[in-house]
Amino acid sequence: MGKQLNLKLKVWRQDNADDPGRFEEYDANGIDTDMSFLEMLDVVNEGLIEEGKEPIAFDSDCREGICGTCSMVINGAPHGGQQGTTACQLHMRHFNDGMTITIEPWRATAFPVHRDLVVDRTSFDRIQQAGGFISVRTGSVPDANATPVPKEDADLAMDAAQCIGCGACVAACKNASAMLFVAAKVSHLSLMPQGQPERDRRALAMVQQMDDEGFGNCTVTGSCEAACPKEISLDFIARLNRDYGCALVKKGEV
Amino acid sequence: MNLDAHIPSGPMAQKWDKHRFDLKLVNPANKRKYEVIVVGSGLAGASAAASLAELGYNVHCFCYQDSPRRAHSIAAQGGINAAKNYQNDGDSVYRLFYDTVKGGDYRSREANVYRLAQVSANIIDQCAAQGVPFAREYGGLLANRSFGGAQVSRTFYARGQTGQQLLLGAYSALSRQIGLGKVTMHTRSEMLDVVLVDGHAKGIVVRDMVTGEISRHSAHAVVLATGGYGNVFYLSTNAMGCNVTATHRAHKRGAAFANPCYTQIHPTCIPVSGDHQSKLTLMSESLRNDGRVWVPKSQEVANQIRKGELKASDVADVDRDYFLERKYPSFGNLVPRDVASRNAKEACDDGRGVVPSGLGVYLDFADSINRMGEGAVRERYGNLFDMYEKITGSNAYQNPMTIYPAVHYTMGGLWVDYNLMSNVPGLYVIGEANFSDHGANRLGASALMQGLADGYFVLPYTIGQYLAEVGPDDRPSADSSEFAGVEEEVRGRIDRMLSIKGRRTPTSFHRELGQIMWEKCGMARDAAGLEEAIQKIPALREEFWSNLNVPGENGSLNQSLELAGRVADFLEFGELMCRDALQRAESCGGHFRTEHQTEEGEARRDDENFSFVGAWEYKGEGNAPELHKEDLQYEEVKMTQRSYK
Repeated sequence: MGKQLNLKLKVWRQDNADDPGRFEEYDANGIDTDMSFLEMLDVVNEGLIEEGKEPIAFDSDCREGICGTCSMVINGAPHGGQQGTTACQLHMRHFNDGMTITIEPWRATAFPVHRDLVVDRTSFDRIQQAGGFISVRTGSVPDANATPVPKEDADLAMDAAQCIGCGACVAACKNASAMLFVAAKVSHLSLMPQGQPERDRRALAMVQQMDDEGFGNCTVTGSCEAACPKEISLDFIARLNRDYGCALVKKGEV
Repeated sequence: MNLDAHIPSGPMAQKWDKHRFDLKLVNPANKRKYEVIVVGSGLAGASAAASLAELGYNVHCFCYQDSPRRAHSIAAQGGINAAKNYQNDGDSVYRLFYDTVKGGDYRSREANVYRLAQVSANIIDQCAAQGVPFAREYGGLLANRSFGGAQVSRTFYARGQTGQQLLLGAYSALSRQIGLGKVTMHTRSEMLDVVLVDGHAKGIVVRDMVTGEISRHSAHAVVLATGGYGNVFYLSTNAMGCNVTATHRAHKRGAAFANPCYTQIHPTCIPVSGDHQSKLTLMSESLRNDGRVWVPKSQEVANQIRKGELKASDVADVDRDYFLERKYPSFGNLVPRDVASRNAKEACDDGRGVVPSGLGVYLDFADSINRMGEGAVRERYGNLFDMYEKITGSNAYQNPMTIYPAVHYTMGGLWVDYNLMSNVPGLYVIGEANFSDHGANRLGASALMQGLADGYFVLPYTIGQYLAEVGPDDRPSADSSEFAGVEEEVRGRIDRMLSIKGRRTPTSFHRELGQIMWEKCGMARDAAGLEEAIQKIPALREEFWSNLNVPGENGSLNQSLELAGRVADFLEFGELMCRDALQRAESCGGHFRTEHQTEEGEARRDDENFSFVGAWEYKGEGNAPELHKEDLQYEEVKMTQRSYK
């Protein structure tokens, strides 16, 4: 058992996408410092149900920092601002007794709120559907070792591929830009030899879809990198810009 | 009940080739006339949906998550096995087959396992072509690591997140088909029942988790890829949303549930820290390579540690019990998962646990740090030590880790034949949701292999046989009375849960069920405890249906309602698990009956009486389910008693 905390929560409540929404305040008393942040919310929710009130809706699934489902802004920082940590792995020992904690959903035009802290991130899926793949049919592939991949490239591709698609980069960005997400996806595949045939069309299609979804533009302030729970590097945005630029030139559009 | 496994005749190595030739084909021009429903979007579901769509079928894929990329396959850390023999260390299809059958403690179906080993190599090819960034050597070729239960290095991996990378590969293939319009994706959609028409599975009833809308979907065939039921224990390494609803509902409509008592307990998880605990976090098994497991020899010392009066470092080496090294001198800390788990439990049951709850043992790296230096340990396990500190606040370079076993995987599942079709025609079950390949115990790095084997390389062939037989016209309208009837039942259940307005939350029932299951049907089971659980669970179920409190309404996003529905199904399914554990009066793999052990305390199998698949038939509300047996015949592998002394 850890120490006990008494906290005040200011939580965004919104019944559905059309509701203007409001902050509501709750007491969270007797919170064990060994709890995760989401377990603290579980405890508050159990109390709300017992009082006959509706619990705070929030997304979570794996609760071990890999599925990318949890998504909340805690005291102004996506996932709470602990370096390389998702909200589900954030623990209460990082908070002090008597604190007021403000909890909000991701805020972006392209992520409309479903309810309370739950947002709609299907725009990310649509960006992937526009080109975030290598077109291979099941079965029609060569032996896995037929194409050697330099270890450095594979490792760098893996750095990009760590993205869990949570959307913290969008929530952190003053323009609600999805550039870090798209950059991670494009870079992962463009660093692999298997991804070369579709490299240009992939970059063009994914950026086009990103723009169509209503994400903002990138002004390279780097708040996305700071907020990313997988610490995806801003360098990948440079890589995306290069891929995108080259693709435009080859297409004769520049 | 017909439990014909439809295993092809002929020598083991030729069965699958022969069968693929014998299977009926659907003409390419006719494939677009078929609709197939795939429920679940993990490795099995996503790979199946993508592969079926590539073939030309129209696929409707459903998942409860907000994106198919988030299914719990994503959390697998270690790797995926394949009989590539890239290391030239003597691996082969036959050896992977043999290891898997032996690891499963001779309770899996040989022909299915052989096929799994055969297609394992294709999976790696497929994933590499999709751009999965597997670990590589400097020469650019794929790297391998070794894993428990095997003496060859056949495990492919992508840092500590092989599951996410393989799932992103399958998800990219799925996304491509969604973009092409061949797959219609339904996210935040929970399947609440399956619809049978003339005894064939022809559709599902689904709740939209955002709007609460209940909808009917008809198809020529239904594929369940809905994962395991580990959350029946409340605490497990599964994701919060993992549930048994799809398979349990199918069971209630006639599908046999096979070997539900086979559950895998993983030995190295972070111990429970309090009642608030919502899930358990796995620490990779690889830690046992360099960590030593121990508890104090004396209960008194353990008690002082629990109270915080003593630290691990205060206990002299002679006062420590390195119980795995003591009992298993040749394997030591590297005994299989089930053996390591059971011994940790025994030490804690003996009053020698070292965490406040009493349920935790030390995993100590001090000797390795002295031998190799902290830098070398950090290089090997740095990310795991970081994760441990994130969760517990304790630095494992300075203090030993504390670990305790946790529920991790369920080998049981819906019964399927060689074609992965359940006993309900048209209902296919793939991945962890079926029972077929892992017997009573799954080897590490084999879950990813099975999910992708089923989805990429087995189901796309075998489903053609059924579709060709029934023909493109055999798709009933969703307006038919069968669909209307099932929808009415689904609505009735939801209305009932919302109208009770009792005093207890869904979570409180889930937690209480989990305690019963863990105590009576967990790591060690006995007849008296199982009988007690079979008495207690119906009483809890009764209270659920009279004292449940679900706030809100159906017509909006209502997470309490979602959970209540899942808990309702766990409350029925848990009893079935206990019944299966009770009938299986032997110990095998993850199923340990304390009455059936050797003098040294090891699991004692009873091949004469229990060499069968236990498949349960639902017999209606209030009636005991009926056990059917599929005998297991071993043509290739000789059954022996496992020994790790």
